[in-house]
Amino acid sequence: MATVLDSKVPSGPLGEKWEKHKFESKLVNPANRRKFSVIVVGTGLAGASAAASLGDMGYNVKAFCFQDSPRRAHSIAAQGGINAAKNYRNDGDSIYRLFYDTIKGGDYRAREANVHRLAQVSVNIIDQCVAQGVPFAREYGGLLDNRSFGGAQVSRTFYARGQTGQQLLLGAYSALARQIHLKNVEMHTRSEMLDLVVVNGKARGIITRDLTTGKVERHSADAVLLCTGGYGNVFFLSTNAQGCNVTATWRAHRKGAYMANPCYTQIHPTCIPVHGEDQSKLTLMSESLRNDGRVWVPKKADDKRRAEDIPEEERDYFLERKYPAFGNLVPRDIASRNAKEVCDEGRGVGEGQAVYLDFAASIKRVGEDVIRDRYGNLFDMYAKITAENPYKTPMQIYPAVHYTMGGLWVDYNLQSTIPGLFVLGEANFSDHGANRLGASALMQGLADGYFVVPYTLGNYLGGTKLDPVDANAPEFAAAENDVNERVNKLLSVNGNKTPLQFHKELGKIMWNECGMARSKEGLEKALKVIPALREEFWSTVKVSGEAGEFNQQLERAGRVADFLEFGELFAKDALIREESCGGHFRTEHQTEEGEAKRDDENFAHVAAYEWTGKSGEQIRNVEQLVFENVKLTQRSYK
Amino acid sequence: MGSVITSNGHSKMLNLTLQVWRQKNVKAKGYMEEYKLKSVSTEMSFLEMLDMLNEQLIKEGKDPVAFDHDCREGICGMCGAVVNGYAHGPDEATTLCQTHMRSFSDGETITIEPWRAKAFPVIKDLAVDRSSFERIMESGGYVSIGTGGAPDGNAIPIPKEAADKAMDAAQCIGCGACVAACPNASAMLFASAKISHLANLPQGQVERRDRVRNMVRAMDELGFGNCTNHGECEAVCPKEIKMENIALMNREYFKALV
Repeated sequence: MATVLDSKVPSGPLGEKWEKHKFESKLVNPANRRKFSVIVVGTGLAGASAAASLGDMGYNVKAFCFQDSPRRAHSIAAQGGINAAKNYRNDGDSIYRLFYDTIKGGDYRAREANVHRLAQVSVNIIDQCVAQGVPFAREYGGLLDNRSFGGAQVSRTFYARGQTGQQLLLGAYSALARQIHLKNVEMHTRSEMLDLVVVNGKARGIITRDLTTGKVERHSADAVLLCTGGYGNVFFLSTNAQGCNVTATWRAHRKGAYMANPCYTQIHPTCIPVHGEDQSKLTLMSESLRNDGRVWVPKKADDKRRAEDIPEEERDYFLERKYPAFGNLVPRDIASRNAKEVCDEGRGVGEGQAVYLDFAASIKRVGEDVIRDRYGNLFDMYAKITAENPYKTPMQIYPAVHYTMGGLWVDYNLQSTIPGLFVLGEANFSDHGANRLGASALMQGLADGYFVVPYTLGNYLGGTKLDPVDANAPEFAAAENDVNERVNKLLSVNGNKTPLQFHKELGKIMWNECGMARSKEGLEKALKVIPALREEFWSTVKVSGEAGEFNQQLERAGRVADFLEFGELFAKDALIREESCGGHFRTEHQTEEGEAKRDDENFAHVAAYEWTGKSGEQIRNVEQLVFENVKLTQRSYK
Repeated sequence: MGSVITSNGHSKMLNLTLQVWRQKNVKAKGYMEEYKLKSVSTEMSFLEMLDMLNEQLIKEGKDPVAFDHDCREGICGMCGAVVNGYAHGPDEATTLCQTHMRSFSDGETITIEPWRAKAFPVIKDLAVDRSSFERIMESGGYVSIGTGGAPDGNAIPIPKEAADKAMDAAQCIGCGACVAACPNASAMLFASAKISHLANLPQGQVERRDRVRNMVRAMDELGFGNCTNHGECEAVCPKEIKMENIALMNREYFKALV
């Protein structure tokens, strides 16, 4: 029986909800905090900032990451910037405008109160990061510089060259390193969470595998925070790091946490095109490049001339033509769909699946040195991968899977449907609706970790009766046993296909049927072939090596096994959502101009899936989205 | 996405001989093993070539080569190996994951070894334990502030030149190539990058003296060597961190002692 979910959004006017909620929240006094233990899984922007903040407050924190250092989490790769409603440019920005842009950018599928809180704390994030020594770009007068990002008409994006994610993560990592030094945080690197332990209905611990020794371990706590990122690698090829996976959130889903809007995926418009079958990942070229780069293709199909031989009047700057108000800076979902459209018309460049991102006009206007100062590292990266010089010839770009807006369902407190299990950053579903605006992922990760969970976790710990937890409890033994059985099962199949082969096959199904354009027919096909592939996996996978050693094949096999279950739910969600919104584009539901056509009457809700014991048979629960402040309209960037 | 697409149409195929360091675990004795790999596209990255090798080894019932990697876009700092004697391979200012096979030629023999340093024990094959870098950072690579209470971001004006200098040093990805390339296995380029980043900014001034003392002590205790100006670290650094940071660190250290 489907239930209606309670988001626990506080009452009162939008702008006062968070202050009111903070005041009404229970507190844990500083002397008592050390009596509580908290597990933080993942050390990207959300996890590192949460672990550092909670350690600083006095909680006993245990943090986990699968990499060899917390500094390597994939937040490190974010390039362009972080939004904040500082209005330092005097160009009309405000907390309300950032809130409004984010709701609109998400195609009216996000929760108003969460997004407004995000916009409110965005200003504190910049202050916090500056105080840590994050070397943001400066103007000659010494003040902070800004640039523009998609979906906004103000300049509110703070940046550190093309490595903003790196610098923000190193800032959070440095705060975490200090807490580790002070022994407030116990750090477990090369450690992967393989199950969640629920005792008496509350999240009380996790089971991990030490990736160096293979040892399976039990860790108990009073609360568990999952900060484990998105599931873009279900597509195999994405801009995610190789290790990014759905396992932590999927294991929690199987223990009772609802998975929300899994079909909401962001396909980023500006990535380096695919080069071949052996490719392992796609590389993003930051959205910030669209500040100075112009997107175009030839006007006529099958034009094989080199870019420089095509005269101005025979070029189609299709984003500028179709969306004069936002031009090249339309939101990502729109830019991606338009790139696909012109390529489908046979006007793609290179090998056909690419469009140009051209800097010639900007270089002429401001000079090569200024462009190098702004994007030098991105141009270098492009040159290394393609062996072409983007200062001389236009870049070739094509959309690629980049970010996932869906994730575990959380209420206003970032708590999942399992009490004591909190979900932060990309791993949750809450703030970006059906499409995330550029430079907002960094903002959300740090907002959740620095400024939201320190309050809402205190409210939980201070207001909940928690029995002492014991890692010898039968629930821990059972979970550990499950993990060991699964590992042994993976190793014992001894078939003839590698985990990588299965991952690639799944990725192709996902890209073809659940990618930029989705149809009933394709999704129904996906729902047949994914379970079949999963069955084949469990009967023919070959995982080399042993359980009790450093075994990267085993790591991948476990992650692919979970993607093979998750992919099915993804397709199911996409099939049931009979509308187009943001990154979810159903070919049956489009306007005459080919834009996403929402169905607010039937789908202005969050779909949150409940595990029932068998993959594909989840119950679809609903959280109705209530819009008290913005009016739902057809998004227009024209 | 299934079809073979080359971005520039320059793709060629290589046949290679690989000499790879194999070591079962930290205690086992390592050795070089030879593998033949056919039809390696010049468009592939070095790590994609290793993926290809591993798929082949698994199919042959052999143990695949363990190597660390994650982002594959040159920023996480997880990957790295000594290739033909050079940390991160032949290309300047390039991590191993960003090195492409077009930098090698048909018929070539490529040797692949792990970072070698006392402070970086081998875990398996090409994967090493760099947790000593964590200890250095924990000893002082930060500004000691908690969450909340920070002044407005524009309350601390910073000259653009200082911010740019700080950023140059802050770009370090902590990969450990500098240690692997140094005949003394010194971590001074790594540590000095953080010291220089914070010394260039007003936020770093309060703890300037303690920071350099603590980080230098940590390096010594962890078994890293000293700098004797070989310059190998700067030559292999994928992020072009300059040795002038080491000079700055030394000045900072002497100032902190008096």
